[in-house]
Amino acid sequence: MALKGNLRDFTITQLLNLINLAKKTGTLVVEGPGEIAKVMFRDGKLAFAIIEQEDNSLAAILQRNKKITASQCRLIKEKAGQMSDKELGLVLINAGYVSQNDILASLQQYFKNIVRRLFSWMDGFFRFDATEVAPSGKITVRLDLENLIIEGSRQLQEWEKLQEEIPSLEMALKFTERPGTNLRNINLSVEEWRVVSYVNPKNSMRQIARAAKLNDMEVRRVVYSLLQAGLVEIVRPSGAQYPTPIRMFPTNDKAEQKSLVNRLIDRIRSL
Amino acid sequence: MQTVKIVVTGPFNAGKTEFIRSVSEIDVVSTERKISSEVEKIKETTTVAMDFGRITVDNDLVLYLFGTPGQKRFDFMWEILSEGMLGFIVIVDSTRPETFREARSILETFRAYAPTPYVVAANKQDARDAWDIDDMRLALRLGPKMKLLSCVATNKEKVKSVLLELLYGILAEMEESRS
Repeated sequence: MALKGNLRDFTITQLLNLINLAKKTGTLVVEGPGEIAKVMFRDGKLAFAIIEQEDNSLAAILQRNKKITASQCRLIKEKAGQMSDKELGLVLINAGYVSQNDILASLQQYFKNIVRRLFSWMDGFFRFDATEVAPSGKITVRLDLENLIIEGSRQLQEWEKLQEEIPSLEMALKFTERPGTNLRNINLSVEEWRVVSYVNPKNSMRQIARAAKLNDMEVRRVVYSLLQAGLVEIVRPSGAQYPTPIRMFPTNDKAEQKSLVNRLIDRIRSL
Repeated sequence: MQTVKIVVTGPFNAGKTEFIRSVSEIDVVSTERKISSEVEKIKETTTVAMDFGRITVDNDLVLYLFGTPGQKRFDFMWEILSEGMLGFIVIVDSTRPETFREARSILETFRAYAPTPYVVAANKQDARDAWDIDDMRLALRLGPKMKLLSCVATNKEKVKSVLLELLYGILAEMEESRS
């Protein structure tokens, strides 16, 4: 039976566990929010991974890992753009720019980071293709999945806890009124500052996430830490659309509505 | 005959059923089930879906009180509750701080669903180990403008006070939107 489904029903951690225990060989294709990831396995070990929308060339990976400079990367692409990663790797090692360890470590880090990104994808289709293998010319590795699975489980627990604390991203944020608090004296991370810069009762957390280029989990994590520190509070966004239209009163007449509430008050008092 | 509703929600065993029972003119119709899990054996039964109470105001108006557990799996009830819901009350057990996180989650879920007024009732305030209201405000992360009220769900006068505070809040919002 084809191994396919939606991440809503089967998490990445569960998939990795299955692949690990069954020692599967093939490619897991996952369609996430605006991206497609392909993670290849051999005998249950992580061999290769790419995000299709990104530059997955060896030169780009080495540059991201600061093993080569941006200008070296540009030069490599100009002069050796037609070379496969395997060929390029050999050339770079022979020329003394990087060592074999540098290349393997950079690739391992890159592939693991792709899998880590998948942990925050809570919705999206996946399928496992036993026939698809890493493209020829690409350098593969052999990484045990156990540590990644443990990391994934921790992240899932964190996600569930964050969802409980902040169930809806349609709510907005406002700064708490705490006399004596000066934001300038507080050490915030870059991500936290980005979120803080958008805090306004007009902006829902979902809008803030989009503007700050954060996913659902990342924005919840940041907001949670700001909530815990007492810097912000969750409020209803002004001008919000609610998922289910609420009709409070059985009448639209304002005077009748007021009379209805006063009648209720009188009745409750008389109980 | 016009009908309006007030929804009473909150964590497991917070006192929702007792709250409604204190003021309802009918026996509270409760869909209850015996607890099978040892973990939840604080009491013998728990409300699975909804409690239901009634207060007849006059010949033309009836107020229904709906008690609901508030967890996400009860989302389907929103369509039923959304018509004629004046506001909601979140009941929190003051003696069980381990339920405060769930209470916060329920409050945020309801606030996201409905723009209606609400109050939070700190129940069991007569208990020896009840948390102080000011400490509960901080633990529940309630802003200074949010109403957090002392409550004893088995005491009719206390329950009336909570209902009245919600209704006063509704009146205040109506005045604000008018001005």
